[in-house]
Amino acid sequence: MSIQVRNLHKHFGSFTALNNVSLDFPTGELVALLGPSGCGKTTLLRIIAGLENPDAGSVLFHGEDATNVHVRERNVGFVFQHYALFRHMTVFDNVAFGLTVRPKETRPTKEFINKRVHELLELVQLDWLADRYPHQLSGGQRQRIALARALAVEPKVLLLDEPFGALDAKVRKDLRRWLRRLHDELHITSIFVTHDQEEAMEVADKIVVLNKGQIEQIGTPDDIYNNPASPFVYDFIGQVNLFHSRVNNGWAHIGDYKLPAPEHNGIDDHAAIAYVRPHDIELSEQASDGAIAAQVAHVSTAGSVLRIELQHQLNSDVLHVELPRAQERSLNLSVGAKVFARPTISKIFLQK
Amino acid sequence: MSEITATALASAPPYPSAKKGWVKKSVLPGFGLSLGLAALYASLIVFIPLAGLVLKALELSLPELWAVISNPRALASYRLTFGAAFTAAGINLFFGLIVAWVLVRYDFFGKRVIDALVDLPFALPTAVAGIALTALYTTKGWVGQWFWLADIKIAYTWLGVTVALTFIGLPFVVRTVQPVLADLESEVEEAAASLGASRWQTFSRVLLPALLPSLLTGFALAFARAIGEYGSVVFISGNMPYKTEITPLLIMTKLEQFDYAGAAALGTVMLVFSFVLLLLINLLQHWSHKRTGG
Repeated sequence: MSIQVRNLHKHFGSFTALNNVSLDFPTGELVALLGPSGCGKTTLLRIIAGLENPDAGSVLFHGEDATNVHVRERNVGFVFQHYALFRHMTVFDNVAFGLTVRPKETRPTKEFINKRVHELLELVQLDWLADRYPHQLSGGQRQRIALARALAVEPKVLLLDEPFGALDAKVRKDLRRWLRRLHDELHITSIFVTHDQEEAMEVADKIVVLNKGQIEQIGTPDDIYNNPASPFVYDFIGQVNLFHSRVNNGWAHIGDYKLPAPEHNGIDDHAAIAYVRPHDIELSEQASDGAIAAQVAHVSTAGSVLRIELQHQLNSDVLHVELPRAQERSLNLSVGAKVFARPTISKIFLQK
Repeated sequence: MSEITATALASAPPYPSAKKGWVKKSVLPGFGLSLGLAALYASLIVFIPLAGLVLKALELSLPELWAVISNPRALASYRLTFGAAFTAAGINLFFGLIVAWVLVRYDFFGKRVIDALVDLPFALPTAVAGIALTALYTTKGWVGQWFWLADIKIAYTWLGVTVALTFIGLPFVVRTVQPVLADLESEVEEAAASLGASRWQTFSRVLLPALLPSLLTGFALAFARAIGEYGSVVFISGNMPYKTEITPLLIMTKLEQFDYAGAAALGTVMLVFSFVLLLLINLLQHWSHKRTGG
């Protein structure tokens, strides 16, 4: 089922959580709402679920206005960050809850409920835990049970609020891959909220970047990473090196140094910010055209890439560089060694 | 190097703590001292006086003892004491939950005052409460006159006894339920609603079971407190033998007649009854606690 939200506004006292947000969520896609805390992403999710009412604007489910439909009747599956399992019920009863609270006329038979719950527990690979209580499970298991419970009522939409936020790093990685596979099996329209850009990149079909109650960019993970629409998105997605510069006739000048800015060809002397990603920089021991002279300040070899910090003359910040581990051998990267850094890709945003 | 360490560990003697004993080894020091002090304290304050009570009662021969405790006047007093205490605790169970609910879930003007008032029955001398309640609930009192219109007499009947016991038991349910209710995340309720549960289903199937252990605790405490209450009841009950005479008053009467053994016999009956009832409630609590995993 598709979801549209139109011109949503929401205030909490003097704080603006959502400021005129309109969005389309197409059927069957897994969309991530990404942004820093306080950007309004959870509020948006809760308004879609019906757990919160917007001050203005509307929510449409499959083209029909659902703004005033109670959460009970919206038929959405909601997964909470802290699981919100019923702790006095067994895993089985938790998953069966949504079916057993149906009115008598539409309530399935005991045998059907039994079968359905076991199907769902198999789907989340926890069938062997049916008789346990939530407090006997690990965090990752609890969240999978919470997901099975939400899926039991055959929701038309699945909404997940920071579903992996309370889990440790390893479990988190496993679970998000698992969620992606699950979505590929079920193809249910899903929206999940996260502040972790890596998580959004890995799991989602589409990412909505939110900032201060407004949409910054909508796009595929590739799109968002390679063509950030605003300095905020560039900054928020992954690590960056930032330079204050002045754009003049297709070049961004940073002191004596300049970066190409062909997209700003007609601009004459305008303040701009230049961004360079750490992995878009080449290092060499020979000086070359367009290279920044620098000195190695720190090298970290713990991880899949080499992380190098360089001191240079353009500003007082260190320049972050990431190189494949293979280059460790071909370059002298001892602290204090002289190197030349050449940005291969850069992005220049004019300042307002 | 690592091999050497491994062999050394393997050949090391078993840990000294493996030695058997009824005291579990703990890293916290002072177990012996604190257990000794706790035992001394409990003995001086609870066990020795209670043992003395039972011993005093056993000064009577068995037929005498039986005659005292099965006397119709005593039987009537047990019925009133335990019946009214149970009713009062039941009333507190229901209204205590509502008071706790209001105090936890809503914000309103004067909330702190009400919150503070809940503890008042703890602090007020019970005799003062008894006199105040009597004045309110007689057939001419502010409240009692309206009931009297409907031909209901409260003061000087078992109803009056129940009112007094309800008053002194109020804080227990409120104070045991309040923190548990505050601890329940509203997310659990939202989860239930998103799964299609009605408000009543959410309450009866999600909230109530989670609150049950604390409700039981509050009930047990209110009940225990009411059984032993004396000060407030003697004013409002009228103390008519067979009708509105509670067991603690009967004990007082016997003491005034220097019938110490008889008083002790009645005391022992109360002791045994209370102990059995509290034990039952504790077992119930243990059972419901095990289910929620506390």
